[in-house]
Amino acid sequence: MLKHILTRLALAALLVAGGLQNAQAAERFITVASTTSTANSGLFDHILPLFTDKTGIEVRVVAVGTGQAIKLARNGDADVLFVHHKPSEEAFVADGFGVERVDVMYNDFVIVGPSEDPAGIKASSDVLQALNTIAQSGAPFASRGDDSGTHKRERSLWKEAGIDSPSGDWYRETGSGMGATLNTAHGMGAYALTDRATWLSFKNKDGFEIIFEGDKRMFNQYGIIAVSPDKFPHVKIDDATAFVNWVVSKDGQAAIADYTVGGTQLFFPNAPMQGS
Amino acid sequence: MPRDGTGIPVGSEQVTLRGIRVQRAGRTVLDIPTWSLPLSGGVTALIGPNGAGKTTLLRLLHDLLAPDAGSVDWPDGAPPRRAILLQSPVLLRRTVAANLDFVLTRRGLDKPERQRQTTLLLERARLSDRHDAAARHLSGGQQRRLALAQALAQAPRMLLLDEPTAGLDPAAAGALETMVAEAAAAGIAVVLSSHEMGQVRRLADRVLFLNQGRPFETGRLPALFDAPKSPELNAFLKGDLIC
Amino acid sequence: MENDPSAMALAVNLVLEGDYQLYGIIGLSLQVSLLATLIATGIGLPLAAWLAIARFPGRGAAVTVLNAMLGLPPVVVGLFVYLSLSRAGPLGELGLLFTPAAMVIAQTILITPIVAAIGLRSLEDFNTEYAEQLRALGLSRRERAWTLLAEARFSLATAVLAGFGRAVAEVGAVMIVGGNIAGVTRVMTTAIALETSKGDLALALALGLVLIAIALSVNAAASLIREIGRRSAGEITIRGEA
Repeated sequence: MLKHILTRLALAALLVAGGLQNAQAAERFITVASTTSTANSGLFDHILPLFTDKTGIEVRVVAVGTGQAIKLARNGDADVLFVHHKPSEEAFVADGFGVERVDVMYNDFVIVGPSEDPAGIKASSDVLQALNTIAQSGAPFASRGDDSGTHKRERSLWKEAGIDSPSGDWYRETGSGMGATLNTAHGMGAYALTDRATWLSFKNKDGFEIIFEGDKRMFNQYGIIAVSPDKFPHVKIDDATAFVNWVVSKDGQAAIADYTVGGTQLFFPNAPMQGS
Repeated sequence: MPRDGTGIPVGSEQVTLRGIRVQRAGRTVLDIPTWSLPLSGGVTALIGPNGAGKTTLLRLLHDLLAPDAGSVDWPDGAPPRRAILLQSPVLLRRTVAANLDFVLTRRGLDKPERQRQTTLLLERARLSDRHDAAARHLSGGQQRRLALAQALAQAPRMLLLDEPTAGLDPAAAGALETMVAEAAAAGIAVVLSSHEMGQVRRLADRVLFLNQGRPFETGRLPALFDAPKSPELNAFLKGDLIC
Repeated sequence: MENDPSAMALAVNLVLEGDYQLYGIIGLSLQVSLLATLIATGIGLPLAAWLAIARFPGRGAAVTVLNAMLGLPPVVVGLFVYLSLSRAGPLGELGLLFTPAAMVIAQTILITPIVAAIGLRSLEDFNTEYAEQLRALGLSRRERAWTLLAEARFSLATAVLAGFGRAVAEVGAVMIVGGNIAGVTRVMTTAIALETSKGDLALALALGLVLIAIALSVNAAASLIREIGRRSAGEITIRGEA
């Protein structure tokens, strides 16, 4: 009786495991550690099929904050790093974890908040003044607080604005991703710094809009790096290189430029032009 | 065949208890300096008031309980196959037949043999028509007979029964007694504890009278009941000794 | 939430249209969680049976630890599995990170204590009822453990279902070790988390409704089987006059 049950259990386990095998059937794939802004905005859904069709290489994207993405790559858990915090990326390469860092594209950061702009930052001359106005007015500001690229940028902007470590009731660290932070900001009527792509593809924005934009300091550059096979022999360097080369190629750059949400282009390709 | 005072045929195989002492919570519940029991068949009844040590002795004979002192000496140094019917048997949550099959499977019998024996045992338990019934849906009497059949399915040489008919109505008790008598007739050595002297007279060849954990008197029936030697047994039989 | 009706309609639409690679995601959710449940059952129930029967110094402490593990935070389990399976970790060679297998491992670790602890509670009751009888039938300790498992099978279904429920609803651990990769490791819960983070609350809620419907169906099917089995096995006790 019990043997029967056990046999049936084992059989079921095999069947289910067999199903899993099928799910993993793709033979040739690379893992890309990237940020939520690129994945959640739908950019990857748009460009990756083009690459896969051409090369037969599947691209598996693990979308986390830039800080976490870099940690994944430092542990050898990704073949390619595709993020947006140049200083960290350069450190990654300098430490021997990456082959080479290449610019891919840019967009910009914006400050979003309630349409009525409670702190009155709309007319600020630059982002530094906008941040100072928020801090002085005590209007709530939602920060990622998660060591992501956006968070790092926000911290450096505060610093530039003369506020070394913003704190107080009005400054709220969510400790979570961009989307979750935007949901939180929306919930408590707070300002937030976000990349434009995430904001444009974000759906839960009733009564919220871009309040401040256009300062050069809010430029947001994305870079791509193949993880070094010298550091991690298991890295699929050929396929990773193929992907990096494609992204910065004419085709890849055109695919990025093509991607729009509601008629607005989200990312602007700016890879150094190559001979081929 | 020559017999000694206890009614055991001389020279037959027997189990002997020596210097047995069982203690529970600092109290001695069984204290048997020496006592022998034949393995060659017949029915031995353990009688005595509540707390006399009857159940303890049965459990001891089945190794459900280890004595604190003393030894149980089996012929050839190894105990024969024994089965016990507990006072409150617990049946498996399976069909009647499956309850027997469970025990027969443990004996390593093949399927045709198990089915043959199941049929046979169910006939003996008068449960043939309940083959596929859920065991725990049976009446109290039927459950007890199935539990006894389960004990018999172990093919014991010695069958230990703890108050086998306690709580049963006369008809159900009668059916169970019939099964016990048949088992004894088949050569199984039966040891049963009972409060019911009528049942003891009907089934038993020998009696061990226990009181406060000690053996007071032992002997054959009906001689022992007709002329008890100890005042305690006399009092017990008259219904005066209630502990 | 005023989104409710539209979420409900969206949920129905999702199921009917099979949009959003919904069936693939549901399939993976079920596969991962069922496999984790099977493994957790295979480990947790024998462990529970052994704990129910065994008497050894430190048993009480072992049971306490087991019960405490009911509260294992999924994220901690996820982190632990990530650190083990990472290329930088001891099991990195296996290359299991960001695969369904990694998710199965994390869920198994998470729910084995649940299956074992809840199973232990009913097995202890069954052991109280059966211990003497099974010894009387001459069963060894190991045989008694197996018999208890067989006898308690319908009660144990509750433990198994609790484990499955936790597994299929869990998001923290599978997010970390699976990576929520579309078409590879994206399951219901991580898809819900993703849509929430994209601010598409209606879609997230619709996916949530689908998940609840799945959990309900699995539980309903299991209770039906259990009831039928219970009846035919005579679970309802009629214990003589004794």
